[in-house]
Amino acid sequence: MSIIRTENVSYEYRFYSGDESEPQTKKALHDLSFEIEPGQFLAILGHNGSGKSTLARHLNALLVPTEGTVWVDGKDTSDDYEVLNIRQSAGMIFQNPDNQIVASVVEEDVGFGLENLGVPTEEIWKRVGETLERMGMSAYRDSSPNRLSGGQKQRVAIAGVIAMKPKCIIMDEATAMLDPNGRAEVLRAAHELNREEGITIILITHYMEEAVDADMVFLMDKGEIIMQGTPKEIFSRAGEIRELKLDVPAVTRLACELKEAGLDIPDGILTSEELSAAIEKAAPPAGKNAE
Amino acid sequence: MSLRLEHINYIYNPGTVYEKYALQDVSLSIGEGEFLGMIGHTGSGKSTLIQHLNGLIRPTSGTVFYNDEDIWADKYDRQKLRFHVGLVFQYPEYQLFESDVLKDVCFGPKNMGLSSGEQKERAVRSLRQVGIPEEDFSRSPFDFSGGMKRRIAIAGVLAMDPDVLVLDEPTAGLDPYGRDEILNCLSELHEDRGITIVLVSHSMDDMARYAKRLIVMDHGKKVFDAPPREVFSHIEELEGMGLAAPQMTYILRDLKEKGYEVDISAGTVEEARDTILAALAGRKKAAKG
Amino acid sequence: MIREITIGQYYPADSILHKLDPRVKFIGTILYIISLFLFSGWGYLIAAAFLTAMIILSKVPFTFMIRGLKAIMIVMIFTMVLNLFLTQGTVIWQWGILKITKEGVIVAIVMAVRLIMLILGASLMTLTTTPNSLTSGMETFFGPLKAIRIPVHEIAMMMSIALRFIPILLEETDKIMKAQTARGANFETGGLIKKVRAMVPLLVPLFISAFRRANDLALAMEARCYHGGEGRTQMKPLRYERRDYNAYIILIIYFLSAVLYKIFVK
Repeated sequence: MSIIRTENVSYEYRFYSGDESEPQTKKALHDLSFEIEPGQFLAILGHNGSGKSTLARHLNALLVPTEGTVWVDGKDTSDDYEVLNIRQSAGMIFQNPDNQIVASVVEEDVGFGLENLGVPTEEIWKRVGETLERMGMSAYRDSSPNRLSGGQKQRVAIAGVIAMKPKCIIMDEATAMLDPNGRAEVLRAAHELNREEGITIILITHYMEEAVDADMVFLMDKGEIIMQGTPKEIFSRAGEIRELKLDVPAVTRLACELKEAGLDIPDGILTSEELSAAIEKAAPPAGKNAE
Repeated sequence: MSLRLEHINYIYNPGTVYEKYALQDVSLSIGEGEFLGMIGHTGSGKSTLIQHLNGLIRPTSGTVFYNDEDIWADKYDRQKLRFHVGLVFQYPEYQLFESDVLKDVCFGPKNMGLSSGEQKERAVRSLRQVGIPEEDFSRSPFDFSGGMKRRIAIAGVLAMDPDVLVLDEPTAGLDPYGRDEILNCLSELHEDRGITIVLVSHSMDDMARYAKRLIVMDHGKKVFDAPPREVFSHIEELEGMGLAAPQMTYILRDLKEKGYEVDISAGTVEEARDTILAALAGRKKAAKG
Repeated sequence: MIREITIGQYYPADSILHKLDPRVKFIGTILYIISLFLFSGWGYLIAAAFLTAMIILSKVPFTFMIRGLKAIMIVMIFTMVLNLFLTQGTVIWQWGILKITKEGVIVAIVMAVRLIMLILGASLMTLTTTPNSLTSGMETFFGPLKAIRIPVHEIAMMMSIALRFIPILLEETDKIMKAQTARGANFETGGLIKKVRAMVPLLVPLFISAFRRANDLALAMEARCYHGGEGRTQMKPLRYERRDYNAYIILIIYFLSAVLYKIFVK
C-alpha cells in the first residue's frame, strides 16, 4: 500500500483584499494525482510560489484539499477523527529552526509531541533518550535550543518528529535557512533515516543539488507537477529546467557545456565522479593514449 | 573612497565567563570600485567584521579609517559615515516598516535631511535599479514575494547613495531565480555605477562568479585575502576550516589526478569548461607530436 | 546591551536546588520573601545565612547572580536616595534644605539590603528552574482554578512559550535597531516625542516578526499533534520525592524562626 496517495487534489486560497467584501480565491494546487511508496526518498523541487509548501501542508492534514482527496497511510485527511493519527504517521519539519521549537530545553522539546499523543511518562523518557542518541544530540539534551547552531536546531526538530515513530517525514524547505554545513548535516540525517529506518522522506527544496540522491523527483510549477522521474531523468532535461528559471546542479551544467563543445558525454550527469569518468571515457588523458 | 581596518580586535562580553574573541588582529583595506567577497562558516566573525565598517560596533582595540579619518575620533560624525557605507543586514526584508514601498525607501534619505523632492527622486532611482516596476511603488511592501521584498530593502540602503555597499548574505533562503536577480543587480551596480561592493556569502560558487577579491575568515582571523582562483587552489586548507571549494574545483582536481593538464583554480562552469577543453586540445597535440 | 540582562534566566547546573520540585521552590520563595519583612536588625543575618546556603547549594556562580542585579541598580539607587533624604530624625548632615538623618541612613541601608536579598532570592528560583518546570509548577499549583473555568493549561503554555521566545525577540530587537541605525535612524538623541517617533521603525518590524513567529509556531505545534491540554501526558510530571519533603521541613524551620524573631526580639 502506498504511504501517500492523492487523487485530483486542488486547493484554493481564499483571501480578502483591501476594498472588496467578497473573498477572492487563488488556485495554489491544480488537480494533483500521485502515489508515494513506503521507504521512498522523494524530492519536490520548484521555486517560491510554485505550490510546493501548500502541497506539503496537505500531507499531514494542516490543509485539506478544496477538491479531491489525500490519503496518508490509508487515512483520508479530511476525516476529523483521523487527524492526530495522520500527523503522527506523517511528521513535518519547517523552514525556520527557531519557530518550531516549543520548549526551552532540548529534551523537553523532543518529548512535546509524545506528551500531546498521551504517551505514558516512562515511555516518553525512553523514546526521547533513544531519539536524541539516534540524531547525535544526546550531549545537548539539557541545553537551551538558543545555544545550538541552525543545523543542530533542525536535528532537534527532526528528533521531536522521530520520537513519535512516524512512517513518513515531510521536510518543508528545512534546509533553506541553514549554512552549507548545516544543510549537509540535515540532509545526511534525512538520508540515514530513510536508509536505516525505512522512513519515507519527502524533501521540499529549491536547492537542486539536494535532489541528486533522491529516488524520485517531482518538479512543480504554478501548482502543477510538470516533471516527474528519477534525478537522472529530470536533470537530463537541463534545458527545460533552466527555462523554468530553476537551476540544474553545476556539475550537470558543466557536462552539458562540454557536450555542446562536441565531447561525447551522456545526459543526466549528476556527480563529479560521474563526470570525470565520462570525460575519461570520451577522451582519455595523454599519458594513457600514448601507451 | 578608502576604508581601512587596522589591527582590529573585538571581544564579546569582556571580563566575564562568556568572554569570546570574535575578531583577532584583523587588518583590511578596501579601495574604490572593488568587488570584495567574504566567506567563512557561521561564527567565523564575518558579521562582526562588517559591522565595524560603518561604525555600528566599536572595536575593542584597533582603528577604523574612512578616507584616512579615524571613525572613532572624538568629533567624528558616524551617522554621516553610515550614508557613505551602506550596510544591508541578513534578511533585510524584516526591517521594512512603512505603509508603502516608496515611503520605506525614503527613510534613509529622510534621515540624511534631504528635501522631500530629493528623497523621492533618490527612492525612485534606487527602486528602478533593483528592478521594481513603477506601478508597485504605492503598494504595501508586505504584499510582495520574499525576493522582491529583499530588493526593496536593498533599495532602501541604495537610496542613501553610498560609496560602498556591504551585504550580509543577501541571497540567504532565496530560490535560484531570486538569487540570480539579486546578484545580477549587484553586479550591474558595480559595473555601471562603479559602486564598491562587499559581499558576504556562504556560496563559493557565487564568489567564483562575482568576487574579484576574496577574504576568508576563520575563528575571527583573516586567513586568505587574494583573488578567488588563488584561494580555491588551497582546497585542503579550505576544507580544514569547514568550507568547501566551488564544485568545479572538485571535478578539476579529479581530472588532474587522472592525468589531465587542467587548471584546478577555475571556479565557474565557464572557466572549468575552457580549461578542460584546452587540456583536451593540448592532449591531442601531444598525442600527434 | 539588552542581552546582558541575566535576571531570571535559567542557569543549567546539576544541584540539589535544580532537582527540587518547582512547587517547593515556589512556596519557598514566597515564604522567604515574607521572612524578609518579618526580620529586622540582626535578624537579617539569619536570612543572609539562609540565602548564602541556598546560593552555594544552587551551584550558580555568584558573579552570574550579581550581574542580574545590574538591571535593578537604578531602582535601588533611587529608593536609597529617597529614603536617605526624606526620613525624619536626628540630623547628621545638612546643606540647604537637603539633610541626612541617622534614621535615614539606617532605613536606606535596610531597604537596599532587603531589595538585594529579595531579588537574589527570587532570581534563585528562576535560575534553578527551567521555564517549563516553572510553568508546570504553576499549572499544578493553580490547577484547582480549572473548576471555575480558568484555562490554567493554556495560560501555563503561553507563559512557557513567552519565556522561550524572550531571548530570541531581544536579539531580534538588537538586530532591527542596528539595521535601522545603518539607514541613519537615531534612537538616542532628541526629545521625548522625537524618541517615540523614532521607535516606529523598530516596533513595526518587531511586531510583524512576532506575529510571523507566532503563526509559524502555532502551525508547528499543530503538526506535532498539539490539541490543548486534554488527553495530554507529561514528560516531567510533578511528584514529591523525599528531598522535597526534607526541603519543606527546612523551609518551615526557617520560616518559624522568622516568625519567632518577629514576636520575641524587638
